[in-house]
Amino acid sequence: MNGGAPLLSVSDLRVGFVTEAGRVQAVDGVSFELRPGEVLAIVGESGSGKSVTAQTIMGLTRSKNSRIEGSVKLDGEELTGADEAHLREVRGERIGMIFQDPMTSFNPVYKVGDQIVEAIRAHRDLSRAESHQRAIALLDSVGIPNAAQRVDAYPHEFSGGMRQRAMIAMALSLEPDVLIADEPTTALDVTVQAQILRLLEDLNRERGLATILITHDLGVVAEVADRVLVMYAGRVVEEGTLDEIFYDPQHPYTWGLMGSLTRLDRPRPHRLPQIAGSPPSLLELPQGCHFRPRCPHEFSKCPQNPELEARLPEVPGHCDRCWLTPEQKREKRQVEGQIGLEAPS
Amino acid sequence: MSGESLLEVTDLVKHFPVKRGILIDREVDQVRAVDGVSFTVARGETLGLVGESGSGKSTACRAVLQLLKPTSGSVKFEGREIAGLGRRQMRPLRREMQMIFQDPYASLNPRKRVGQIVGDPLRRQKIASGSELRQRVQELLERVGLSSEHYNRYPHEFSGGQRQRIGIARALSLKPKLVICDEPVSALDVSIQAQIINLLDDLQDELGLAYLFVAHDIGVVRHISDRIAVMHDGKIVEQGSADQVCEQPKDDYTKKLLAAVPIPDPRESRERAASG
Amino acid sequence: MLRFVVRRLVGMVFVLFAVSVLVFVIFNIAPTNPAQRIAGKNATPQLVASIEKEWDLDKPLPTQYVTMMKKIFTGELISYEGRENVNDRIVEGIPATVSLCIGAAVIWMFFGVLFGYLSAIRAGGWLDTSLTVLAVAGISMPVFWLAAIFLNYLCYKAGIFPSGGYVEITSNPLDWASHLIVPWVTLAILYAGFYSRVLRSNMLDAMNEDYVRTARAKGLSERRVMSRHVLRNSLIPIVTLFGLDFGALLGGAILIEAIFSLSGIGEYGYQALINSDLPPIMAITLFGAFFIVLFNTLVDIAYAYLDPRIRLGTEAP
Repeated sequence: MNGGAPLLSVSDLRVGFVTEAGRVQAVDGVSFELRPGEVLAIVGESGSGKSVTAQTIMGLTRSKNSRIEGSVKLDGEELTGADEAHLREVRGERIGMIFQDPMTSFNPVYKVGDQIVEAIRAHRDLSRAESHQRAIALLDSVGIPNAAQRVDAYPHEFSGGMRQRAMIAMALSLEPDVLIADEPTTALDVTVQAQILRLLEDLNRERGLATILITHDLGVVAEVADRVLVMYAGRVVEEGTLDEIFYDPQHPYTWGLMGSLTRLDRPRPHRLPQIAGSPPSLLELPQGCHFRPRCPHEFSKCPQNPELEARLPEVPGHCDRCWLTPEQKREKRQVEGQIGLEAPS
Repeated sequence: MSGESLLEVTDLVKHFPVKRGILIDREVDQVRAVDGVSFTVARGETLGLVGESGSGKSTACRAVLQLLKPTSGSVKFEGREIAGLGRRQMRPLRREMQMIFQDPYASLNPRKRVGQIVGDPLRRQKIASGSELRQRVQELLERVGLSSEHYNRYPHEFSGGQRQRIGIARALSLKPKLVICDEPVSALDVSIQAQIINLLDDLQDELGLAYLFVAHDIGVVRHISDRIAVMHDGKIVEQGSADQVCEQPKDDYTKKLLAAVPIPDPRESRERAASG
Repeated sequence: MLRFVVRRLVGMVFVLFAVSVLVFVIFNIAPTNPAQRIAGKNATPQLVASIEKEWDLDKPLPTQYVTMMKKIFTGELISYEGRENVNDRIVEGIPATVSLCIGAAVIWMFFGVLFGYLSAIRAGGWLDTSLTVLAVAGISMPVFWLAAIFLNYLCYKAGIFPSGGYVEITSNPLDWASHLIVPWVTLAILYAGFYSRVLRSNMLDAMNEDYVRTARAKGLSERRVMSRHVLRNSLIPIVTLFGLDFGALLGGAILIEAIFSLSGIGEYGYQALINSDLPPIMAITLFGAFFIVLFNTLVDIAYAYLDPRIRLGTEAP
């Protein structure tokens, strides 16, 4: 599955934006590594910074209103300070990206095939005819029937699931080593979602495609991911393997996320354990731990900024940002026999 | 929880004509959005209507409320036939049946203040005015978890979850017996979804409301519903108690739908993948 | 598509009919007596009466209307003033009007799109601000005032350009152009300003669209992103606007033609209005209406071609 040097290495990434309302720190010191063939899930809600992190890796957030610090290394090569020409080569060729809404992510006035051809010819010296053939083969490889006809169809002539497949085909047209998928199934029906996830899994397994999957849906994470990053208000609050996060979660926000899920495999709880309050405005963040206002377990140490550290003795890869001791965590995360977050008293 | 039927829908049909023709439009085909559905909702109970996009569930809601005129079929509210009633006749009934919408960003008029939005139904139905109106609105705001201070603010000053609460307050202002919830939590963050679902549950217990809860997320529907109806291609393919439908589904589509829902449990997910 | 075109043709007939009736009714409500005017001053009642007979002006209105319509289509319509064949005069006026419209259109589209594009890609900068000021100035200056200023300074005083009149392109192209440059620029300034604003606004919206983000994520050059994705999509509303504006303009840019004495349809219409001369008024109005409806239809067809999501003549459920 993995092994060897990391393919993508993000270190202390910080992204700030200047807006009319003030300065907003969308990403506040995010670090992680992605190894070849690995599937890393980044979980978070609005304002968590997960999408901004992904787009910054590709250099898509550069503008005169943004300030980017830290390091993003692809195969040892630094991307954050690189010039546009180099980044353009990386985009599509080494890292492919797909977005949430395939309807708006395709240009409605061009045929799907032409848009794939455009992607190919931006990086390779192929003729139109050759690129066109390649586009047909790509559509076929992601499971689109009648690829030879569908290649000349417009985006609005595809169903939601087929559009997303076409989007995946386009992102992989140059055989990148990394795929970043930003909420790829959120806009799709659940039966279609299952198909797309299966496709992503197959691509990961067959081609060793390293994937960063951004989502808010823990069910999707459980199906596809190898490792998980949980983000809240611009920071990573917990990081670990899939089993570590799901069976031994260490951060109250993670407990809250897991508890508030409806689950078909368990009897219905009387009441859904919820997280109080709302995701914070990035303009008014509390001192220290950003989750404090919503955390029922807040105590005296919380105004001190917790670092992302491995706090369990035998598990060096499992890190979190919570001052509670491992014993306290184990005790406090049980609500009515399941993992969840108790309401503040 | 049970009682006589509040809402009784029988063989409800809503077709949209597809017209063609050179000079004069002739109906050549129909889009059968709702193709003969029947269900009942009892007083104080929740019927969940679950289906994917294109299943017809939203159209069915609108046809029940007479926001769309049904092509055929019967809709009885408290024993009285309302299918095909005109706007004037429906007006007094609007107090009894209300709706909450999916998109908290689109369903509130951005140019009106919150107090106005919530108070409008009361004003229009001439139930209250002036300071009495204001008081009732503030009570409603507090009941849905907002503060009475929010009376003068505009929708854009609130988060998605808060706006949804405003929509709920508006729906409750006329003290309806039935509230149709059309995907009320789909557009919200996961941590907020649980809050809204709990709020709807609490309000049901407090006020004895009946819900027709429409959503594509079967997990959420199962949590809040007493009974569930599964819609596919304009028809109801399975109906029964929530536990029955989810644990012992009879219809193939229901089974397919349930099988597609990802389980947030890695071991079970691996087992399921290995076996299926 | 066939369905669409047929419906539009039928619609056009109705529109033209309604316009003609309206013009006729309005003219006849006004307190003018054409027979009196034709007879001139010092006319005897007998002369007026005989003119009335000759011109069918003593018949009931509906009959007059029908006769006039017939004459328009058979090319026999004669104007009250000067007793000229209306259709012939209109045909004579076409070259001037068309030259004026096409020349102005080329100039306004070129500058409108160029300035709009530059404003959008350098939005917020000094170039954008300067171009915006220019555009707003162009939109705000009244056409007749601008025409008068140019005529006065460029034509009379400085003598750079001739002060009016039209020269056939076939006789002397250079002369033809020099007579038209000032009218072209005067007419174009307003439209160029407007179009540059519209394009700028559309482009700024388009730049925030998801598909532009995808285009960048594919590694396309910024130039390609701007031209193939942002500009292409932003031009669609411009094309439709152009069709409508140009169609309306063909009906006669009355002000410009009158001020610069370009003997086109607009000027003919102006003269007819001053003289309360119904036949040319009717003919020119119908002529203009025809082009407006025609271009409306062409614009809709073009739109369907440019934006594949639009399918003409089909109703979505």
